[in-house]
Amino acid sequence: MSATALRRRRGRANSLATILASAATIVALAALAWILVTLLLLGVPGLKPLIFITVTKAPGSGGGLSNAIVGSLIQTALGTAVGTPIGLMVGTYLAEYAGTSSLGNAVRFVSDILLSAPSILIGLFIFSVLVAPFGGFSGFAGAMALAVIVIPIVVRTTEDMLRLVPVSLREASIALGAPRWRTIVFVCYRAARDGILTGVLLAVARVAGETAPLLFTSLGNSGYGGLGSAMASLPVTIYQYAASAFDDWVQLAWTGALLITLGVLTVNIIARLIVRRH
Amino acid sequence: MPETTADIANLQAPMQRPASPAPTRVAIRNLDFYYGTNKALKSITLDLPEKKVTGMIGPSGCGKSTLLRVLNRMYDLYPNQRAEGEVIMDGENILNQGVDLNALRSRVGMVFQKPTPFPMSIYDNIAFGVGLHEKLNRAEMDTRVEWALARAALWSEVRDRLRTPAFGLSGGQQQRLCIARTIAVRPEVILLDEPTSALDPISTLKIEELIDELKQDFTIAIVTHNMQQAGRCADQVAFFYLGELVEVGPAHQIFTTPKQKKTQEYITGRFG
Repeated sequence: MSATALRRRRGRANSLATILASAATIVALAALAWILVTLLLLGVPGLKPLIFITVTKAPGSGGGLSNAIVGSLIQTALGTAVGTPIGLMVGTYLAEYAGTSSLGNAVRFVSDILLSAPSILIGLFIFSVLVAPFGGFSGFAGAMALAVIVIPIVVRTTEDMLRLVPVSLREASIALGAPRWRTIVFVCYRAARDGILTGVLLAVARVAGETAPLLFTSLGNSGYGGLGSAMASLPVTIYQYAASAFDDWVQLAWTGALLITLGVLTVNIIARLIVRRH
Repeated sequence: MPETTADIANLQAPMQRPASPAPTRVAIRNLDFYYGTNKALKSITLDLPEKKVTGMIGPSGCGKSTLLRVLNRMYDLYPNQRAEGEVIMDGENILNQGVDLNALRSRVGMVFQKPTPFPMSIYDNIAFGVGLHEKLNRAEMDTRVEWALARAALWSEVRDRLRTPAFGLSGGQQQRLCIARTIAVRPEVILLDEPTSALDPISTLKIEELIDELKQDFTIAIVTHNMQQAGRCADQVAFFYLGELVEVGPAHQIFTTPKQKKTQEYITGRFG
């Protein structure tokens, strides 16, 4: 094959690959844009100040979403607060102490499985250990289900971020006579802080929208409820309302979906800003 | 304490006497070092004279950095590395089991090839190491930080931004910060592992001047690939080749009338 023919053939292959890649990008972005536009079109009309201060009510009686919003905030916050320290410690163990030991590999394997476990299984698990034995649904059980989802995400990012800390930095600390734990806490954590924080924020964004783990744990509540009793949350409310036959409930479901999306978007943007700071 | 070291040094009769009458601070005796089964240092015997600069030269992989990492037991971090023989400091073999490594490293400080500032403020970079070994109140710590930075010829450049991140400093300043961090702990020995290889000539010059200053108070060992640097900084020069100490002597002698043919070939640039 002559050089010109070869060049022409490569040119054609190049154009084809570019077209395919661009088309794939457009399809993916279009789907995303479609979702966002639909959410905005259907969600914004219901976005009235009243929904932030009124609890969910019977159809046609002007209910809001305040209990669902508060419930989601509480369960997400508590789930993150419980899951983060555990994930942080396991991730630290894996990165700093476990090496390639068999225990380390086992923990890593289990954590990765947990990371990809269907969230409804986690809901059922919490149901069987925290709901059924104690005779009732609770906001606490919901938060614990979310914590179980948070843990493997934080484990993975903590381990990855600690492994990125250069050996030279660790050696510099140890060369000053720092014990290993001080090197980890005062040098490695600081060096990996932004990455770990980003992982925690991504975990928050993930669990804020989880529905399945809450169905069997905090269940939902038409009032505020509490950690000791059934508790409302945005995803579960959306799940219940979206499938209802009442126009005002469907409207609230769209608005709730918009609120979650905006919340998750905000958390993701914060995470990106943290990463970009360096 | 110095007498003890000197006694041991006399008893064990070093192969080559340093030209100066300075007492021996660290006595290395028949030191072998292994990376797994690979023997990287072969029966090294060398004295580091007190408050002198010992330059270690030789081609890459000759074992000079390995030797430095023995002197503060850095190799202990890695399970398949081990040293045999004796490294005597203050009458004690620091290779012994049961030596308090953190205390040892407060006596033998180390500065690395690349500047490694910690991700914290300039002030905290210094205070971190000091706080590991001494409980100082705020005023004492301030004094210590200023002393260390002044000693590392950095104080005038950073006095107004002690609370800013150390990453904001230039490469040369970062390396002087690392030196300040090391001397702030007030070690007896300072190990410098190619401290200027990542720096520009002007920063290099500053560090070399600093080394000259520091030997008033500290015993220094410096690994360098730069023969001129060894000539400028070192009182005593040791030439390593393939894990063996080929020759050690006063700097001027090594560079003008080396006794070994290998040394001659290396310093004249015939290999390495």
